Amino acid sequence: MRWIREHVIGAIAVMVLLYLFLPIAVVIAFSFNNPASKFNLSWNEFSLDAWTQICGVPGVCSSFVTSVEIGLISTLFATILGTMISFALVRYRFKGRSSTNLLIFMPMATPEIVMGSSLLALFLNLSFPLGPVTVMIAHIMFIISFVVVAVKARLQGMDPRLEEAARDLYASPSATFRYVTFPLVLPGILGAALLGFSLSFDDFIISFFNAGTLVTFPIYIWGAAQRGIPPQVNALASLVFIAALVIVLSAQVVAWRKRKALAVR
Amino acid sequence: MPAGVGRTVEDLRLVNLTKQFGVSKAVDDLSITISAGSFFALLGASGCGKTTTLRMVAGLEDPTSGQVFIGEQDVTDLRAFQRPVNTVFQSYALFPHLDIFENVAFGLRRRGIKDVDAQVNTMLDLVELSALARRKPSQLSGGQQQRVAVARALINQPDVLLLDEPLGALDLKLRRQMQIELKRIQSEVGTTFVHVTHDQEEAMTMADTVAVMNAGRIEQMGHPADVYEMPRTIFVANFLGQSNLIQGTLASFGDVVEVAAFGLSFKMPSQRNVAPGHSVVVGVRPEKITVLDAHDETKLPSTHNRIYGTVTDVSYTGVSTQYLVETPWEQSIIAFEQNSIVGDRCELGDPVVLGWAPEHTFGLDPAEGIHAGLDRAVLELESDTEA
Repeated sequence: MRWIREHVIGAIAVMVLLYLFLPIAVVIAFSFNNPASKFNLSWNEFSLDAWTQICGVPGVCSSFVTSVEIGLISTLFATILGTMISFALVRYRFKGRSSTNLLIFMPMATPEIVMGSSLLALFLNLSFPLGPVTVMIAHIMFIISFVVVAVKARLQGMDPRLEEAARDLYASPSATFRYVTFPLVLPGILGAALLGFSLSFDDFIISFFNAGTLVTFPIYIWGAAQRGIPPQVNALASLVFIAALVIVLSAQVVAWRKRKALAVR
Repeated sequence: MPAGVGRTVEDLRLVNLTKQFGVSKAVDDLSITISAGSFFALLGASGCGKTTTLRMVAGLEDPTSGQVFIGEQDVTDLRAFQRPVNTVFQSYALFPHLDIFENVAFGLRRRGIKDVDAQVNTMLDLVELSALARRKPSQLSGGQQQRVAVARALINQPDVLLLDEPLGALDLKLRRQMQIELKRIQSEVGTTFVHVTHDQEEAMTMADTVAVMNAGRIEQMGHPADVYEMPRTIFVANFLGQSNLIQGTLASFGDVVEVAAFGLSFKMPSQRNVAPGHSVVVGVRPEKITVLDAHDETKLPSTHNRIYGTVTDVSYTGVSTQYLVETPWEQSIIAFEQNSIVGDRCELGDPVVLGWAPEHTFGLDPAEGIHAGLDRAVLELESDTEA
């Protein structure tokens, strides 16, 4: 009885973690499957084919590369714009500031299906050709919101005395930005960029509306799901998961090292 | 420090300096000259305008009107980064992303100096932090951070070093230690230090000139002992240390002024009375008063001013005994007696006579009201003991 009491929280935690990670485990496990039919749904036999011939299925790698490219470009633009917007919103008082503050959150609050279809209607009305550019425009739009939220929080949490100290120590306004403000806000910007990339990379609904004939990775998977998803998709998805894991773990290691250095003193 | 030798330090002059925030004047027509190489303390309660004054000297705040001179140069329109002035901030404001070495080197690097190692190391030696050069600020204790902040400002050899409540965040013991440390550094580098504080003891121990500030104006300025011994306003009498103040009227003048109050007569040299009219507030510091049993009144020199009363409280504090004595007109007089007297101390309920020399008496203008500077000082005192 006592044993149960002491371990009940741990047991629940393990169950929740299982619930969260089981689907990912299945995805990874089935990347090593050699499916008996078109559908990679039941275990047949162990095989490294999907990993050795990761681009072996037509379209899978090109769509993956497309998504990475769109993600990188959209994130770059959205991060630059979002950072500038955050500085404007936090540092300056101007007409329309509060409404900008409000409107910037709209893409986060609007259902994706509404945003995707409205954008499509807009592009069609303007006779703007659908393709990578329209997808990027759409992605930049919603990533900006997340960047603004993250960078604004970072800026607002910054001690204004730090910038005053820099000015007091002979730093011109541009030097103050370069050597104090920017390095201090950078973690916020990087975090926002990572989040932005992952949002862009896995966006399906908005992309699907505005892609035209362009095939992103999520669109490819959606299409493949009708015919049977090849295990290469599992392998690529596993790669993405591992990449994300590596990023998170290295951040943890850095934090752990900092703590250790603190403990030494 | 060798860097301090042979350079000329300049006076800091504030001329009619005013800062208005909305309708209230934070600093009101301030004109002072702070002589080169002095340790100047700006003392006042929070909100008296002392920090605003400091920020205007640093260039972090633009004055509404008036000018700031360093030597003969008018720096009023220079931006913070163009002024030969550096600041030690209240919360130190060390750059968290840079290590101690880079924090200290920051000012030199911004001025385009390439080879900073020798200077930074000399500076870190001065504040005894060489061993921690590669630590980040968050890895340092409060006292160490404070020394980094001083080093980071002083390495630039400013004409004036501004200190904004630099010891406020430290505990009492560390604060005493840093007060001595700061004085040592100041005498080594010879730079003018302008120190803003609400701690009167800190101001008096460290500075060679104290300016007591109230409501955007300087109430009184001078050597700490002079300001303490002869306060010129009720605010100063109450804010800087403690005072017993008795309301009276002028009875006779001459070289010695006599003030009548509650049937008693108090004498003081005329230069110690600053009251412009007939109404005078008579003041005396608690430690100047001798407390005697009423039967021993003859032991008091005949020229002494005296008050009769009853002891209502005795507290023994080690070096001294504090008495509260109630007068017939129901005012509490506070008196500190050194515990060097052989014999009995007065006890609760004893009828006593309080005596003090006319030379320790001061006369003040009652216009401010007898409680000016009192409540705030008490509040500050309480917040100090909490910290």
